[in-house]
Amino acid sequence: MSEIVRIAQLSCGSEYSGIQQEIDEAARTVGAEMVFPDVDAGDIRRIEDDFGLRVASPDLKLMMARAKAVVDGMFDVDAVFIGTCFRCAEAALVRSELRRYIYETTGLPVISYSFTERTTATTLLTRMEALTTMALRKSLLVRERQTGLTAGIDSGSTTTKCVVMRDNEIIGTGWVPTTKVGTTGYGRFLAGDRFKADLVQEEVTVNSKGAVFLADKQKGDATVIDIGGMDNKAISVHNGIPGMFTLGGICAGASGRFLELTARRLGVEITELGALAVKGDARKIAMNSYCIVFGIQSLVNSLSTGAQPEDVAAAACHSVSEQVFEQQLQEVEVKEPVLMVGGSSLIEGLPKAMEELLRVDVHVPPNSQFIGAVGAALLSSGFIEEKKTQVR
Amino acid sequence: MVKVLVYPANSLILADLVDRFGHEPLSVQQEVREKISAPGLDSPPLNITPEDPKIGLRYAAVEVPSGVRGRMALLGPLIEEAEAAIVVHDPDPTFGCMGCARTNELVNFLIRAKKIPLLEVKYPSTEDNARDFVVRVAEFLKSLGNEK
Repeated sequence: MSEIVRIAQLSCGSEYSGIQQEIDEAARTVGAEMVFPDVDAGDIRRIEDDFGLRVASPDLKLMMARAKAVVDGMFDVDAVFIGTCFRCAEAALVRSELRRYIYETTGLPVISYSFTERTTATTLLTRMEALTTMALRKSLLVRERQTGLTAGIDSGSTTTKCVVMRDNEIIGTGWVPTTKVGTTGYGRFLAGDRFKADLVQEEVTVNSKGAVFLADKQKGDATVIDIGGMDNKAISVHNGIPGMFTLGGICAGASGRFLELTARRLGVEITELGALAVKGDARKIAMNSYCIVFGIQSLVNSLSTGAQPEDVAAAACHSVSEQVFEQQLQEVEVKEPVLMVGGSSLIEGLPKAMEELLRVDVHVPPNSQFIGAVGAALLSSGFIEEKKTQVR
Repeated sequence: MVKVLVYPANSLILADLVDRFGHEPLSVQQEVREKISAPGLDSPPLNITPEDPKIGLRYAAVEVPSGVRGRMALLGPLIEEAEAAIVVHDPDPTFGCMGCARTNELVNFLIRAKKIPLLEVKYPSTEDNARDFVVRVAEFLKSLGNEK
């Protein structure tokens, strides 16, 4: 594999959306480059018959021809980025089928994204970082045991969590509200600098590792769902290595923040919301909005007309789970076991609502709120060992 | 001289024909090659920025994909300026191409709605069709000259 990670770009509309330079910049920032598999006009003419999907847009045919070139090994790449315009139904079909086609036939790390003209390099950064990690550090990601004494810090948008591990055991945990460390995904860079971290890693890979480690599901398939304070992650994992994944974050109505606001409105602590929700019935509350503002308004209206707090709590959990189910879980292969992680997984109503929607058992591993920190401690122990081996 | 919009707008062959008959082709100057290594088939010759899809709101609403609106920021002004148009349907990608089918539908509608002299021809698939294609385009362009 070359030093620079080569990411094949299969896209439609990126240039006319004015965001091609944002994609390129995000890739450059993580030491990767976007490449466009060469295809001939003849490949494009034949691709509908070859792939079996008929589409009207020539650029979608180009996408399919390029995907085939990658799958056939005509073009050497380390990872694949699939991007199309948000709100294009035809493109969404192609995006979804190509993602599955590439992942199942090549095993290459692949992400898909629907963009608008508002998509920036910052929005894409974590996704590109995860993609390059999966391409470059596969040997690190297969690691199943933590060795020596390492610490992991997970600086999320709401809380910053820390775990200390020694020889595969958690020996200490702690958390503080995220105030000074950073309020965005960049918390990892700030905290990494401050603590002179050996390894600074995005949350897709560390959460995958942490989830399968704590759930003791390191072999085979798994699906990891993490509903964060500001964004959500849905990750298909195989043998502890993430494959397909999506990062949401467009709407706060599908975030832990919505549940915090709901708890405040109900006058309970966030730690009490889950138990309350489990007692309630979400169907008794009319909620028909994806928006955090209108969602809260619906809950307040329900309370004012005599709704029971437990039903409102259940409706809030159902609403968040439903949005993640509708907007994100369609973008990954949901394979059992389904692991729900992160602080929000401790709000019991949330995994319960997800179970009802997915119709499978949803597991919440022990210490699930420390998933990112555990994954970081585990991976960093491997990273340090790799470095020592290289020095010798 | 008539301002003739050619469509696909990146068809150099069509633009050249219009020019030969003494008219001004309204087109996007871009060569379409047999080997495609750019992000799209109809990659823009200009540096499109995220502002362009917003300019495209003049032609398509915000719920229309950004790629369509970005294209309309480029093509919309050409349609507005056009006094006549030649539209080739189902072209081969190497002849000239609109990468996005939705933009294609909108552009075709806007051209028809403008009620300007319009020639719509199918991309030829045989040599005989190709001769007929050139004759029809030539006659159309000559007729524009007569009108003037």
